[in-house]
Amino acid sequence: MENLEALGNEAKTAIAAAEDVQALEQLRVEYLGKKGQLTALLKGLGKLSAEERPAAGAKINVVKQALQELIGARKAELESAAVGAKLAQETIDVTLPGRGQSTGGIHPVTRTMERMEDFFGAIGFEVVEGPEVEDDYHNFEALNIPAHHPARAMHDTFYVDEHTVLRTHTSPVQVRTMETQEPPIRVICPGRVYRCDSDLTHTPMFHQVEGLLIDEQSSFADLKGVIEQFLQVFFEKDLAVRFRPSYFPFTEPSAEVDIQCVNCGGEGCRVCSKTGWLEIMGCGMVHPRVLEFSNIDPEKYSGFAFGMGVERLAMLRYGVNDLRLFFDNDLRFLEQF
Amino acid sequence: MIISEQWLREWVDPAVDTQTLGQQLTMAGLEIESIDPVAGAFTGVVVGEIVSAEPHPDADKLRVCQVNSGSETLQIVCGAPNARAGLKAPLATVGGELPGDFKIKQARLRGVESNGMLCAEQELGLSEANEGLMELAQDAPVGADLRDYLGLDDQVLEIGLTPNRADCLGVRGIAREVGLLNDCSVTEVTCDPVQSALDEIFPIEIKAPARCPHFTGRILRNVDVSRPSPLWMQEKLRRCGLRSIDAVVDVTNYVMLELGQPMHAFDFDKLVGGIVVREAEQGEKLALLDGSEVELGTDNLVIADHEKAVALAGIMGGEHSAVSDQTKNLFLEVAFFTPHLIAGQARGFGMHTDASHRFERGVDFELQVKALERATQLLIDIVGGEAGPINEQTAASEMPARPDVSLRADRIRKLLGFELDSKEVERILGGLGLGVTATDAGWTCSVPSWRFDIAIEVDLLEELARVYGYNRLPVSHVHADLVIPARDEQQLSQRSVRRHLAARGYREAITYSFVDPKLQAQFDPGVTPVALTNPISADMAVMRTSLLPGLISAAQRNVNRQQPRVRLFETGLRFVPTRDGLEQTPTLAMIVTGARSPESWDSDDTGVDFYDLKGDLESVLTLTRDLDGFAFHAAQRDGLHPGQSARITRKGQTVGYIGALHPVVAAQLDFAATLYACEVDLSAVLAGELPEFAELSKFPEIRRDLAFIVDKEVAVADIMGEVRSVAGAYLSDLTLFDVYTGKGIDPKRKSLALGLTFRDHSRTLGDEDVNPTVGQVIDLLEKNYNAELRS
Repeated sequence: MENLEALGNEAKTAIAAAEDVQALEQLRVEYLGKKGQLTALLKGLGKLSAEERPAAGAKINVVKQALQELIGARKAELESAAVGAKLAQETIDVTLPGRGQSTGGIHPVTRTMERMEDFFGAIGFEVVEGPEVEDDYHNFEALNIPAHHPARAMHDTFYVDEHTVLRTHTSPVQVRTMETQEPPIRVICPGRVYRCDSDLTHTPMFHQVEGLLIDEQSSFADLKGVIEQFLQVFFEKDLAVRFRPSYFPFTEPSAEVDIQCVNCGGEGCRVCSKTGWLEIMGCGMVHPRVLEFSNIDPEKYSGFAFGMGVERLAMLRYGVNDLRLFFDNDLRFLEQF
Repeated sequence: MIISEQWLREWVDPAVDTQTLGQQLTMAGLEIESIDPVAGAFTGVVVGEIVSAEPHPDADKLRVCQVNSGSETLQIVCGAPNARAGLKAPLATVGGELPGDFKIKQARLRGVESNGMLCAEQELGLSEANEGLMELAQDAPVGADLRDYLGLDDQVLEIGLTPNRADCLGVRGIAREVGLLNDCSVTEVTCDPVQSALDEIFPIEIKAPARCPHFTGRILRNVDVSRPSPLWMQEKLRRCGLRSIDAVVDVTNYVMLELGQPMHAFDFDKLVGGIVVREAEQGEKLALLDGSEVELGTDNLVIADHEKAVALAGIMGGEHSAVSDQTKNLFLEVAFFTPHLIAGQARGFGMHTDASHRFERGVDFELQVKALERATQLLIDIVGGEAGPINEQTAASEMPARPDVSLRADRIRKLLGFELDSKEVERILGGLGLGVTATDAGWTCSVPSWRFDIAIEVDLLEELARVYGYNRLPVSHVHADLVIPARDEQQLSQRSVRRHLAARGYREAITYSFVDPKLQAQFDPGVTPVALTNPISADMAVMRTSLLPGLISAAQRNVNRQQPRVRLFETGLRFVPTRDGLEQTPTLAMIVTGARSPESWDSDDTGVDFYDLKGDLESVLTLTRDLDGFAFHAAQRDGLHPGQSARITRKGQTVGYIGALHPVVAAQLDFAATLYACEVDLSAVLAGELPEFAELSKFPEIRRDLAFIVDKEVAVADIMGEVRSVAGAYLSDLTLFDVYTGKGIDPKRKSLALGLTFRDHSRTLGDEDVNPTVGQVIDLLEKNYNAELRS
């Protein structure tokens, strides 16, 4: 029994030094197994007197229990170290870029048109589309622009033949809508339009979104309300908006709409030619003759129409400084949207 | 329209500054495009007189001038070719300053002292002229401050007039607007009748009364055309953008700018017999003032004498009868032409003149006699002479009708959205020159002869709104019934397709709808495209019959800009002429070129192939929930690789094409990379099907894999189709999971591996359920496709 303490110490040292779970298991067998040294001591208790036996047994059991605990603890320690080592080995560089296809994108003109469609869609305007090679009647006549009208000079028209043009605006879609739909009408007409003009600030093709509302009660005040709200929502700014008398054969009264320059806030800069204002769209009350052309009674119904260049709005919204970039389709440009 | 502020203020002089005046006009619909000073900022410039001009001893091109500055005689070295003794020219004195912070100092030029500078117009910011010194009038007071002498403290307002406001194509009309906007009086110029000193009348006959209902003229004898127009007139013309030519032209231009009435002066001695306003004879020729010659048709209107056409009516005078320095006698004509009947005449000759611009838009038809009197008086004052009586011919029935227009008060409320005080209504309309009479419902208005844009009630509403101020009008929100519009769930949106393609790495492109006919012919040689009669350039001359040429060009530009990998799509119309007319078909097109994957740490640089594009397209078509409704058939199409292209059908209808760009076309385009493209009718892509629920089976599936060898030419789609048709109701899935050619396989054959999955809703299937089916499939393959089963 005098060996018990030495044996315990020897075992403790060995357990602490065990390098892996297998070595620890060997130690368990060596000390605590059926033929282990501590087990042997317990078996030797029989040689003692009945008075000595409980105390001696208790001492051995204390050591045994201590060793069991030490082995358990060391085992947990070793296992945890093993898991740690495995995890360490599996470590990856989480900063490497992910795998797979790159993401494409929507053209800024489409992006802008979709926003407009959403804004007007929210107050009940339906999107309608129409042909781009258009007849003279729908592009001009039905909009109160007879042949040789000076207003035709405002549209540099592409001709296919004497009676067929590339639409110079999306207004013919409004005419087609009025021909087929009974008021109330609330539509917007997005799409490509064409003008025979090409320089720094004009491309022969561009996009417009035009809107039309016809109802029994609609006034210039409503038109002002819709336009002001639209511009503020579009630019997400409480912009000053002003209406300037202008002339379009298909509306009366007609107005040009200016917004406070989004670049300088109205102070005057290069973008607004020092005026503090940017011309942004045209609008007006639908001319009674236009209603009559489509068999809508101008005494009963009135309405308003508006139209804007999508590229111009996109340029102001996103700071694009060259109109021609929209149709060059340079990926370095497209990737910015 | 360019107008001098001083000139305008002679007519109407409100107590507002230039900027405010500009603002008022802009907000009344006469948009001010610019306001510029008539001269640059300069000081210390006086009227100088060259007393003598001697050659410079050491410089051929310089002259040494003695110049009278009014207070002393200064020696000035000058390089201008027109520097000569007796000339009066602007003299910048030492200490003065010219535009651009240019200070005048004493200097030595090639050794000779120079005490000031004689100036050209450009140096003073008066015009672009810099060929020589500005030549001042002989009566210019030497020593006077040039600014005072020329009245240069003036601005020019450039007004962008809309076509309806012809009444403002003269100072008179703008003054009328300014007067109303400021509630102040307008001073009209006097156009009192000139006493006739002759009784000679030149006959006038109007043979085209519809187009020219009013024509006036008079003879002016014994004029001295060598006399220049006065400085004040030349200055006004210059400021309004017109050069001084001679007194006669200057006066006609002056009256046009002042009153808005174009007119013409003939050399009376060149006219024969009398004036005839008539339609031109077919093929009749007329040499014009600008040196050009036009060939006329019967739809052209001319002013003729008894022998030939002498002017293109309302556009330009003829050369033969033009006033020259030999002219002794004048015939002055002032006419009115019916706007819509004269419109387009000038454009037909590619011309646009100050006269045609005004006549097409409408000249006050009661102005002719007034303008003629005004011009006569000015001419007599300048060039002398004696005037004959006015010969006035009028086709009364053809003069513009001016029916009264009624205005209902409730329409103001309804259309402008507010109540306008009736006094204000009368003040505004009256101020515009309308005769306003109150009625029960509102007013009846007579329309003045200068307004061609007031015919119906809304025209009056616009005038009210415009003068009252658009920005003072109320703002409201639209009120409408809240109705949920019908929406077809089966119809996919273009938006969803765009988003889907963007998610798969495609960038949306927008290319021009007109393309190069040569490039297009590579893809659609059999189609004659819609051609533009006035294209912007030869390579944008026809409407696209396919989106591919435009997209391929866009890809090419990107590849040339060192973009190794391009994936683009576009939606838009293509324009295909058919027997039933032009079809304008909404279309989706996609192209890919370059590497399959973006360059990264984990990718190789494998290039894209047919199946990449096809996979992307199929993924879009899957949005319809009817991918099986689409089929790809080996086909040939111009511009595409004959062995790598397919026609796409949906339920038997051709809806598009897909394929590799033909190597020959690629070579012609100088396109080195391989490019794949497809084009599909958008209507087929967007016609979706509603989801329909099918019961989920609780029982496990059972799978059989079959590997077999068939001839290379066999189309997999055919095999899959037939397998499906014989595999029975238990077949829940059929997959092609391997295609192999190469080692161990006859080079004319290929190995395919099909996975057949079976499942039933009511029970677990056993071998006995599927084995007969699999047997049937094997029989079919062996029989129909000469297939050899691999073990």
